[in-house]
Amino acid sequence: METIYQLTVSPDFTPEHISGWYIYNTWLQRNLGLHFHLEMYDSFDAQREAIRQDAVDLIYANPYDASMLVREKGFRAVVHPMGVADECVVAVPVESAVQRVEDLQPNARVASTDDPDIHLVGMIMLEPADLNANNVQSIVVDGYVLVAKALLKGSADVGFFLKDAWDGLSNTVRKQLRPLVTSQISDIQHVLLVGPRLMDSAEDIQNLMLRMPQIEKGSGVLESLGFEGWAEVNQEDTEFMIDLMDTLKAR
Amino acid sequence: MMLRDMQPAAVAGEFREYHINLYGFGARKVLVTDEEVPYPDGKLIVSRTDTRGIITHCNQSFVEMSGHSREALIGAEHSILRHPDMPGVAFKSLWDDIEAGRIWHGYVKNLRGDGKFYWVYATVIPNVRDGRVVGYTSVRRKPSRTKIRESIALYQQLKAQEGSHWDGPEA
Ligand SMILES: Cc1cc2nc3c(=O)[nH]c(=O)nc-3n(C[C@H](O)[C@H](O)[C@H](O)COP(=O)(O)O)c2cc1C
Repeated sequence: METIYQLTVSPDFTPEHISGWYIYNTWLQRNLGLHFHLEMYDSFDAQREAIRQDAVDLIYANPYDASMLVREKGFRAVVHPMGVADECVVAVPVESAVQRVEDLQPNARVASTDDPDIHLVGMIMLEPADLNANNVQSIVVDGYVLVAKALLKGSADVGFFLKDAWDGLSNTVRKQLRPLVTSQISDIQHVLLVGPRLMDSAEDIQNLMLRMPQIEKGSGVLESLGFEGWAEVNQEDTEFMIDLMDTLKAR
Repeated sequence: MMLRDMQPAAVAGEFREYHINLYGFGARKVLVTDEEVPYPDGKLIVSRTDTRGIITHCNQSFVEMSGHSREALIGAEHSILRHPDMPGVAFKSLWDDIEAGRIWHGYVKNLRGDGKFYWVYATVIPNVRDGRVVGYTSVRRKPSRTKIRESIALYQQLKAQEGSHWDGPEA
């Protein structure tokens, strides 16, 4: 019987790119000659549970989970997308008295999604105000539009946005908000990782991704994912990113 | 590479001169001013060293904040940033921790190539590859003013206890 591998995508995908991932899955199978099933988990917890049970073979992963995938589950990162960045915008309502991060006070209500790297980077950007998980009220909502809503409604004092999601907010919404600070980290990014059962194909997958813009329909698929292309990631690049994430997670 | 003495031409404004004694490398003359350079918002300042503390990699924010060129940094001892106001015990605890495989956190006042200083909150971890420590990574972020004030007081106290093994103005 033919093996069916599982492909999955970090649940922080932007809604307009969902169909892109289905198109990618079809394209991948055709060009790799392997059978994949695309599973879209609706939460990071559900996806981590699947990883724990060794159900996942190929994953477009959030940098926060890369450590567990590589060091505990034997995954290998092969490429990262170009033209997208895991940067975080920290914003307040436009009429807020808060002019700088340092003006925020203990017990501030912080709206964010369950996107773990954006939450982590956002909390780090609140540290100059002596804020941490123990002295803020964390409000976790289901998407970045809802983070904006919480700020507009006045149910949150400050919100964390993925930069791309911030840029994607409508002008009317964005005009009612004001960014305090935007991260400029660039060393932290999503990566495509190959799991142990698929390891024999890791090089083929890497080569295919790198050649994607030149292969039939490849550039259209990239466009539907919102990527400019893929760039190679070697073992040391991955280890470095994991070390960096580990310093940020440590407290 | 031996760290060179700082030259007055590189420093803007009035400065004080110290002769600091660096572990394993001997004396270095540093020139220090009272001007603080603010931590760049939203950025991480990242560097990596080999197991002896020689800088092997650094990001652009590290280069910009250090006031040195990338060429001068790569291959230099990390103590190129050592500020005479930092107590030696802070770095002893850093090395004790990372050599034992533990993470170290701390507030650090760093010296720039132009004699100015900047404060960071640093986290240093051992880089483990195939079960071996091959070097260390330090990631710095912006500290709060409260923590900086506390650190200034603490470090003054620690320096006073250490006695002055610096040949500087207060010596
Ligand atoms: C990864 C890493 C990063 C370091 N970063 C700094 C730094 O930013 N500033 C500093 O003064 N020392 C830093 N140190 C410590 C120096 O190696 C050195 O111990 C310190 O400057 C004191 O000098 P000494 O040990 O020669 O007395 C770092 C060490 C490591 C391993």
